[in-house]
Amino acid sequence: MWKQIEGSRAIAETVAMCRPQVICAYPITPQTHIVEALGELVKSGQLAGCEFLNVESEFGALSVAIGASAAGARSYTATASQGLLFMAEAVYNASGLGLPIVMTIGNRAIGAPINIWNDHSDSMSMRDSGWIQLFAETNQEAVDLHIQAFRLAEELSCPVMVCVDGFILTHAYDRIDVPLQHQVDGWLPRFEPTQVLDPDAPVSIGAMVGPEAFTEVRYLAHNKQLRALERIPEISGEFYETFGRESGGLLRPYRLDGAETVVVALGSVNGTIQEAVDELRQDGIAIGSISICSYRPFPLDAVRRALSDARRVVVVEKSLAVGLGGMLATDIQMALSGRRHKVYTVIAGLGGRAITKASLLKLFHQAKSDALEGVTFLDLNWGVINRQLARETATRRSGPAAESILKDLATLPTKIV
Amino acid sequence: MLSIAAFLEGRYAQAFPSFGSERMGAPVMAFCRISDRPIRLREPVTNPDALIIQDPTLLQQVSLFEGLQPDGFVLINSARSLEELNLASFLKNLPRNHTLAVPATELAMRHVGRPLPNSTLLGGFAAMTGELRLASVLAAIRQKFSGKIGESNAAAAQAAYDLVTQCMPIPPLDSLTRRTREEAHVEAD
Amino acid sequence: MPFEHIKFYQTGTFTVGNRLLDVSDRAVQSDARRSNALNCGHRACQGCGEALGARYAVDAAVRAAGGNLVAVNATGCLEVFSTPYPETSWQVAWMHSLFGNAAAVAAGVAAAMKAQGRNEVRVIAQGGDGGTADIGLGCLSGMFERNDDVLYICYDNEAYMNTGVQRSGTTPAAARTATTPSVGSKPGNVFGQGKSVPLIAMAHMIPYVATASVANLHDLEYKVEKAIAIHGARYIHVHVPCPLGWGSEPHDTIKVARLAVESGLFPLFEAEFGEVTERSIIRRKQPAEEYLKLQKRFAHLFRPKRDEERLAAIQSIADRNIQRFGLQNGASS
Repeated sequence: MWKQIEGSRAIAETVAMCRPQVICAYPITPQTHIVEALGELVKSGQLAGCEFLNVESEFGALSVAIGASAAGARSYTATASQGLLFMAEAVYNASGLGLPIVMTIGNRAIGAPINIWNDHSDSMSMRDSGWIQLFAETNQEAVDLHIQAFRLAEELSCPVMVCVDGFILTHAYDRIDVPLQHQVDGWLPRFEPTQVLDPDAPVSIGAMVGPEAFTEVRYLAHNKQLRALERIPEISGEFYETFGRESGGLLRPYRLDGAETVVVALGSVNGTIQEAVDELRQDGIAIGSISICSYRPFPLDAVRRALSDARRVVVVEKSLAVGLGGMLATDIQMALSGRRHKVYTVIAGLGGRAITKASLLKLFHQAKSDALEGVTFLDLNWGVINRQLARETATRRSGPAAESILKDLATLPTKIV
Repeated sequence: MLSIAAFLEGRYAQAFPSFGSERMGAPVMAFCRISDRPIRLREPVTNPDALIIQDPTLLQQVSLFEGLQPDGFVLINSARSLEELNLASFLKNLPRNHTLAVPATELAMRHVGRPLPNSTLLGGFAAMTGELRLASVLAAIRQKFSGKIGESNAAAAQAAYDLVTQCMPIPPLDSLTRRTREEAHVEAD
Repeated sequence: MPFEHIKFYQTGTFTVGNRLLDVSDRAVQSDARRSNALNCGHRACQGCGEALGARYAVDAAVRAAGGNLVAVNATGCLEVFSTPYPETSWQVAWMHSLFGNAAAVAAGVAAAMKAQGRNEVRVIAQGGDGGTADIGLGCLSGMFERNDDVLYICYDNEAYMNTGVQRSGTTPAAARTATTPSVGSKPGNVFGQGKSVPLIAMAHMIPYVATASVANLHDLEYKVEKAIAIHGARYIHVHVPCPLGWGSEPHDTIKVARLAVESGLFPLFEAEFGEVTERSIIRRKQPAEEYLKLQKRFAHLFRPKRDEERLAAIQSIADRNIQRFGLQNGASS
């Protein structure tokens, strides 16, 4: 049913329709609206047969989900940023044990400095934990991916993170087709666990595994993600058959025909990128873009094929491998190994800095003339950087860097954030 | 509510706040894009077609008007006139009847009993720009607020609409031109 | 080991193995049909108090739950010695997640059972003192505060034994551990630190809190069975000597545990909703020294010379417990 609705609210209503049995919530911006809405749905009785626990920390949240999932219940939680790090031990535990938990990440920057706005550093920190990571480009896709996530997770016995840009998507009101209960019921089967804590058929879950078998257990996890590469596009197709929408899959190409320059990105920035691509195409520039949905498992073959005719690739990412460059860019380069593409890494949107169409147009012009550095920080304020470096060189006790920079910025005219 | 009103007219809309930590009394900006095609852009509105200023004390910040389109609209919540607000000269380059001060807080007090001018201003906006039909705005208000609160807010919006229509002898711009319209409005909690 | 004259206790005594008692007085362990939840073949040390306590506690829990039990275990000795890959000694549905989250995982299991309408299934969480008092305290407190339907059993051997005997939040004053070594002017653990998790549990006003010891296994079984019948958050803190970590003889485990109880250093009591309701009266009060003397972790209090000041300080801790919990006259103060 079409609604003009806040992204978080749409996600909550959809998760509820997946009939989770245990939901645990610990507040952290920007996922709070999701779990609050779910709490309301449980308390009002609209979501029946579900236990909603207010936990004492994110570590507690995922731990509750672990116990619930192991006991045979469909389980869900949500977090972001610092919260994801706080539950890091449990994140690895959940995937190591093969528990099909679905978790929404309202993508938010990790501090210090503390920052509540959007970037991808949080889910990036867990990219090799063994969880499947799906990125939503729009709020519609965010809604659809949650339904697909439960099916994917339970089929493979592998937990899934659905990554939704904090504020940009979670707090935006959009025109969204929220599915109906009977549609979801018809598409998402009951949870049939591969392992379960049941007094009638006791098993021990969570054994210690030594050198003689650890590698094999880990290979099986790796193998699971390789199988996911097959299932993800299939599930997307099965979703299309029932719901009539393209959603999910490994990646989505945009105007790649004859594109010499291809821009690659994760999440909501793809919308702005597509607008920029359209404008440049109107000016006769051969440019296209790829929106990657399945970040883990990373679709090496699909990326390689999609980029085969490109001459250069511009990776616009909201993450920074400190001291190195990009994270998504590194994975793209791995996909392109042996090929002669130029790959430009553009670090953009960190800590919620807006990525504007205007900036992107300028950037893509530079890219097409190969006038870009290997690694570029989009819209970096060099004046601020140089003044701070000068301060640090001049005095030992130069004080907290972030404070000095903010003080510096305060003398500049206010801008719309 | 703006986005809901647009939705009810079968249009696409995207609405989002400029995000900050939840804090009472802090200045807040919110943005809305309305279009007849799906909206893919995800960035703050920097060149608004319309500006709704809910808290006139924020007028101290000159950069409020930065980026406003040359034929943009400005709607200010104030019982004082533009001259009294020292804005007449500042906004003189905008087309006639594109700038207006409306006593939305006072209207809200009268109809709703609370100094919350949000809905009221939307009625004024509909009248001034013709971008949305009043009926859509009222329906959006009633969807957001139920029962008596919805009715009283709708009444306030209606009052603002009537007031603005009276002030403007020339009918508002017809929004039959199909292009994305962007609005920003500034408010304080 | 020197020859010891073995005493047989016969009819009328409450030895746990005694099958000659009236049925209602027999221990669960004396029942041939006990679940053997923690089966033999595990890798615990000789004389391990924790293995002893866990065996009694979990079999009692299984019986009280009519076989419908799920156990969640924190990382620690119990988990490690009971599940050496590829074997497990557990004959109940059992899960190990992490070190600090047993209470939260158990809360999740309980919620799942409730959501699935399996109201007959009871959930226990188990952890050592490290996983309960220190790293697990956040999750434990959360479970208490929500009144989740979990019985948490802590096996307290007063240090991180599995990793080589490091000090924990329940390590007693003056005890030697690897991180409170018996060197310097004040050898062993300092005074004035440490937490009482039973008192913390009571502060959460949960339906049932109890302390127990392997010195009185009937009492341990009784408390576990009582707890299983209650719904909501429950906590049992079991004192379990660790011969290796404490430097006591493996065959002295029960004797050492009994001295801890009879000196007052480990009070046995029950509490409901934050108020002490029952306590075990000490019949023959023992000097704290008798308890300390049997453990090498306190050896520095006696050799090269007696540390009268600190021995007296430990005695006053024991005396204070006796007074506070009314262990001699039956009334708390």
